Amino acid sequence: MVRIGEILLRAWLLGLGMSLMAGCSDSWNNPYPGSEANANVLYSAFSERPKHLDPARSYSSNEVEFTGQIYEPPLQYHFLKRPYTLIPLTAEAVPKPQYVDAAGHALPDDAPAASIAESVYEISIRPDVRYQPHPAFARDAAGRLRYHALDAAAVAGITGIHDFAHTGTRELVAADYVYQIKRLANPRLSSPIFGLMSEHIVGLKALGEALEKSARDNPDAELKLDDFPLVGAEVVDRHTYRIRIKGKYPQFTYWLAMPFFAPVPWEAEVFYAQAGMADRNLTLDWQPVGTGPYYLAENDPNRRMVLKKNPHFHGETYPADGDAEDRQAGLLADAGKTLPFVEEAVYSLEKETIPYWSKFLQGYYDSSGISSDSFDQAVQFSSGGDPQLTDSMREQDIHLITAVAASLWYVGFNMLDPVVGGLSEDRQKLRQALSIAFDYDEFISIFLNGRGIPAQGPIPPGLFGYVEGVAGLNPYVYEARDGVIQRRSIETARKLLGEAGYPNGRDAKTGAPLVLYFDTMASGPDAKSRLDWMKKQLDKLNVQLVVRGTDYNRFQDKIRKGNAQLFEWGWNADYPDPENFLFLLYGPHKKVGSGGENAANYDNPEFNRLFERMKDMDNGPERQQVIDAMLEIVRRDAPWIFAYYPKSFGLRHGWVHNVKPNLMANNTLKYRRIDPGLREARRDEWNRPVLWPIVLLLAALVAVIAPAVIAWRRHERKTA
Amino acid sequence: MLAYILRRLLYAIPILIGVNLLTFTLFFVVNTPDDIARLQLGAKHVTPEAIERWKVEHGYDKPLMLNAAAAGSAQFTDTIFFKHSAAMFVFEFGKGDDGRNIGNEIRTRMGPSLAIALPVFVIGLLVNITFALLMVFFRATYLDLWGVVLCVVLMSISGLFYIIAGQYFIAKLWNLLPISGFAGGIDGIRFILLPVLVGVVAGIGSGSRWYRTIFLEEIGKDYVRTARAKGLGEVRVLFRHVLKNGMIPILTGAVVVLPLLFMGSLITESFFGIPGLGSYTIDAIQAQDFAVVRAMVFLGSFLYIVGLILTDISYSWVDPRVRLQ
Repeated sequence: MVRIGEILLRAWLLGLGMSLMAGCSDSWNNPYPGSEANANVLYSAFSERPKHLDPARSYSSNEVEFTGQIYEPPLQYHFLKRPYTLIPLTAEAVPKPQYVDAAGHALPDDAPAASIAESVYEISIRPDVRYQPHPAFARDAAGRLRYHALDAAAVAGITGIHDFAHTGTRELVAADYVYQIKRLANPRLSSPIFGLMSEHIVGLKALGEALEKSARDNPDAELKLDDFPLVGAEVVDRHTYRIRIKGKYPQFTYWLAMPFFAPVPWEAEVFYAQAGMADRNLTLDWQPVGTGPYYLAENDPNRRMVLKKNPHFHGETYPADGDAEDRQAGLLADAGKTLPFVEEAVYSLEKETIPYWSKFLQGYYDSSGISSDSFDQAVQFSSGGDPQLTDSMREQDIHLITAVAASLWYVGFNMLDPVVGGLSEDRQKLRQALSIAFDYDEFISIFLNGRGIPAQGPIPPGLFGYVEGVAGLNPYVYEARDGVIQRRSIETARKLLGEAGYPNGRDAKTGAPLVLYFDTMASGPDAKSRLDWMKKQLDKLNVQLVVRGTDYNRFQDKIRKGNAQLFEWGWNADYPDPENFLFLLYGPHKKVGSGGENAANYDNPEFNRLFERMKDMDNGPERQQVIDAMLEIVRRDAPWIFAYYPKSFGLRHGWVHNVKPNLMANNTLKYRRIDPGLREARRDEWNRPVLWPIVLLLAALVAVIAPAVIAWRRHERKTA
Repeated sequence: MLAYILRRLLYAIPILIGVNLLTFTLFFVVNTPDDIARLQLGAKHVTPEAIERWKVEHGYDKPLMLNAAAAGSAQFTDTIFFKHSAAMFVFEFGKGDDGRNIGNEIRTRMGPSLAIALPVFVIGLLVNITFALLMVFFRATYLDLWGVVLCVVLMSISGLFYIIAGQYFIAKLWNLLPISGFAGGIDGIRFILLPVLVGVVAGIGSGSRWYRTIFLEEIGKDYVRTARAKGLGEVRVLFRHVLKNGMIPILTGAVVVLPLLFMGSLITESFFGIPGLGSYTIDAIQAQDFAVVRAMVFLGSFLYIVGLILTDISYSWVDPRVRLQ
């Protein structure tokens, strides 16, 4: 027995020794190879593997975290400027639309929206932008594309993109952008924005139908997009292309900063379409080909994904035009320097928050979010209510980054519901009373650790239309007392409830208690406390709340069919324009009937009319006036209980520089700079192995085994 | 024996069809093809046309099990069930709803799963048998008593606790091993040490208790008394005679799980960042990826059947009285 124990112990120590030698690191718990010490590598993590990396398909934040660094749409958001400002990326300039009427005549910039038949965006891209090295571009001595006619035998030995010995590149041309716009209509790609864009880009819908028919008629044949014309997107010359938009759609420029409108080279699609490629997961959906500052060098979404600096990346410099606050925060120290700073970024799959957090504290991740479990360890609130780091975090030179997200959470009323819906005055008062009763200031404090701002309307801070302070409060739910915004009293809510026909929570005509139904897909112990809190809020009005828990599919189904009464919902901005939030309340976008995003099925003709006017306006006092009028209507009608704007809290180590939350940009990796020397020193300091437990364990084993051995010997020597 | 194995493999076909049918029914009771499409397309800007297009592209536009509009055998073959199930019987798993090749994923992920599961199984078996034999050797003494108490304590603790405690003490507090991660080759050893250690310790309680019971039963038998009467030492009695005869129930439990080691462990892989099949399955369930779920259930069922056949074969191997007919 002792021998087996010894063998196991030796094997363990041998394995440990060998692997540590292999790691060549002073820190035994270092998850990275020793050769990466002092390397200019950024370490991060992802908790959910991305589903799609094709720019026509990827939409989730965990997907654009990668595609944003690899693909380059024509525009981008300025890293430092607020409010968010579009600047050129591969384009020479931010395009200004040329308006034309139905006869094709040019119209002035201030032409009324009704007279505009089309908006024409002509985009010139910079010359000498080149793609990352990729086998799809590799050519042989005769100039033929080397890997575009592979047979089954040639593909048989391939397991990954690195198995191709040759790579090549080529210059980015305008045709690549047009090609990608056509790809949005490819039925085999199921682009999430095809439906939306087909309403705006001239001819995209027709192209989608033609491609669908072709795919149906020839299910096994590849769709050659060059054989299908798209009138709304055409190449003007090698570096210029033109997009035609139906009517006026000023928000279109924001879409031009998203990977959906990034270029895709036809060579890549032909390369990946070859037989046997998809069976090896070699598809454009998994092996992107872009012109960005980084390329995907290692794609193992089950373990880690590695971005490496694109050797062909076109010149771009760190912005020099920030404000005084940026300068004070050191965000202008690198002004004018060539991007990107980091040579490589390693993203490891980390599904659980405990190991993620522990590795961050050990210095193995450069930045981290803050989960509820670790919030108290990281953040405390000052007497003034400001979040600040705990002493232990400050000792580790960890920095706190906070930002109000361009997002909104709300509780929606189904406006088609006979009890809570409708636009009559009594229904308005009922919803206003409930809006007051749901104390989201308390909710933020209890459940979000203060990570949120009580919402005053549908437009979150940072977007045009949002009004700060007392001037922007929702007068139906809040009031200003001594210049401080405070929730209206519960007595006010009771009074409104009485005026709505439910004095003391009972129907004035029948005497029956008012029972409301809240549909939710939240479940588990955390959700239960939140749902109990919601019930408690309505208890204040003597109104009963019945929670109807359901799964994601059933919940969606109920919302689609208008079978819910109250429900919780949220929205993240696609782009920094109030239209992207106010359209959620636009009548023709109702969920029931039209399948739009208006989940509350709110339909106020006056609001709709103002929305149609506002969406085409340029930012300015006139637009603000219209928005104010819309906010007044929607606050009075209260189709939503405006819950809160979430606040994101993040942490970074002292060796990470140039971090400024930019909730619109998805290509900020190129601005990051790290100090690998400092990081390595800190890691060594924080991760010195503690050896006494091994000694103690060995001693404990001896203490247990020794009496056993003695007893065994005694037993063996015992005479029968 | 060959005829027996072939017969058992043929019996497996209706079992696998049944399992497949059950998985299909359960999955589509709670998910419609529309739900799957919506989940894949995301929450924003999804139109009914986009859902229809996705269903056509992924073969979910057909009736579930019976195509009344079709004629002849197409009534059964032109259905979601047939299109998504038939090829599995030749181990063609097709693509997941995210477009990735399932067979490729299984091949890639099997290695990491085995890298954890196999050492845990082998070392765990050795440790448990050794510990059980020690308790039997010192039966009716304080060592046996405290050994049993320790086993009961160990088996009363949740597996998740071992993982969290292991990560906290060994990786975070004492900085001896990486807290999570995985790597191929020799560098991977330091990543698997902690999950293997945790897996072995977590299994000591139940495993040792069970083996102790088996050995105690054996040690009271006549042949043991005969061996002692011949003057054999206690160690020789235990390791040569008791262990050999106790192997039959041990094999029953051990061999049947052997093929299932490929399937990995859901929680361990998730906490230690092991890119194995356990985490693949749980991800697919969360993502409602029917193609992956059915493939993994099919593979699990098949491996379980293989495990049962191997158990039968091992029976005849360790006990000459057992004959397979």
